[in-house]
Amino acid sequence: MSSTDESSGSSPVIEFREVGYKLANQSLLCDISFSVSAGETLVLLGRSGAGKTTALKLINRLLTPTYGEIQVNSRSTISWDPILLRRSIGWVIQESGLFPHYSVEGNIAVVPRLERWPEDRVRARVSELMQLVGLDANLRTRYPHQLSGGQRQRVGVARALAADPRILLMDEPFGALDPITRAELQKEFLDLQRRLRKTVVMVTHDLHEALRLASRIALLDSGKLIGLFGSQEFAHSQDERVLKYVSPFREAALPI
Amino acid sequence: MLNFFIRNRGQIASLTLEHLWLVGVAMAFAVIVGIPLGILVSRNPWLRKPVLGGTNVLQTIPSLALFGFLLPAPWLGARADRLAIVALVLYALLPIVRNTYTGIMSIDPAVREAAIGMGMTGNELLTQVELPLSAPFMLAGIRIATVTAVGVATIAAAVGAGGLGELIFRGVAMVNDQLILAGAIPAALLAIVADIALGAVEKRLRVPNP
Repeated sequence: MSSTDESSGSSPVIEFREVGYKLANQSLLCDISFSVSAGETLVLLGRSGAGKTTALKLINRLLTPTYGEIQVNSRSTISWDPILLRRSIGWVIQESGLFPHYSVEGNIAVVPRLERWPEDRVRARVSELMQLVGLDANLRTRYPHQLSGGQRQRVGVARALAADPRILLMDEPFGALDPITRAELQKEFLDLQRRLRKTVVMVTHDLHEALRLASRIALLDSGKLIGLFGSQEFAHSQDERVLKYVSPFREAALPI
Repeated sequence: MLNFFIRNRGQIASLTLEHLWLVGVAMAFAVIVGIPLGILVSRNPWLRKPVLGGTNVLQTIPSLALFGFLLPAPWLGARADRLAIVALVLYALLPIVRNTYTGIMSIDPAVREAAIGMGMTGNELLTQVELPLSAPFMLAGIRIATVTAVGVATIAAAVGAGGLGELIFRGVAMVNDQLILAGAIPAALLAIVADIALGAVEKRLRVPNP
């Protein structure tokens, strides 16, 4: 189902090259370099204000870098038509940012309709996606405010997947959910990701979420990239700056 | 009183129609000018002060004075109804422009960002997200403007533009209460009907709320 045009897997899907971003002379990101390869889930982890969301928005050009460049599919984001770039990337945000005046169907169908798919194909795609993310078919005509938080977030994921993008950007997708729903959705995300193998960049400040979902973790602090770690590697790292981030979680953890 | 209405029903009806025509044409122009102006202001923050301030000032001018000011204007003064419509448009602008602007600015920034992040063009953002979500605000502005215009339009008779004001002015001049009421009652009814009708439309446009 997902595109397989770059089966080699060698060239990164997303690459940050010495990227910096300044706003009103304040440096929000500084000399960031990393790459994300096809099918992996890279989690950007860090405290609030570490620059995670800024980094995410640079990928779909909601922001443009002050210096350096970001390549998506081996092309600098500034040489992409921003509209085409964004339509080829799925975007999931906290509280889902659903359109309150559109039904579930209308929300999921936004990008296919922008792309002027024939209406029967749009409808079929909506049904397919609702099933994929575990939404009951009778929710189709409901409006976002009539849904639970978990359902809204599922709609947000379905909407991002609608045009079958290779890349998925997720900004604290499960942040506003109660712990049980969050755990459920995390599990579903893993199942989904095993089947779809999207290239995912996810922002979170939740260590457990990062450890559970990530192929790799990029730890950010005050706009700087501390390092890239495999999930296990991160959990057992003796790096002082990693420990500084991890230890408050360890201290707070209950022995269950 | 009732007899008076029945005897003069022909004239009252034709003046009511004239009144409606003045208000209707003026509101059409006010919407055509006001909504794009409101959108423009929402896109260009530096326009906010001059435009909202300007329309605000227009509305503080007493209506009789505004009609008077416009009278010597070359193209306007030539026809009374033309003059009256322009004055009514100027009055109607403030609520329409301000509500359009407020409506667009009240949209949750996360929703707007989601729309942009999903790859909507500026036009798609406007027509698919901003206008539908701010429509109830715009309609509320149009509603206020219309009800006000029905009242202000009675003054238009002072410059000879006709409408129900004609009966009122004549009644005042002749100290004839029946004549005043023959103008005032239909004008009040018009305002009430417009208010209810536009209120119903506004309700339908509102996004189902929690």
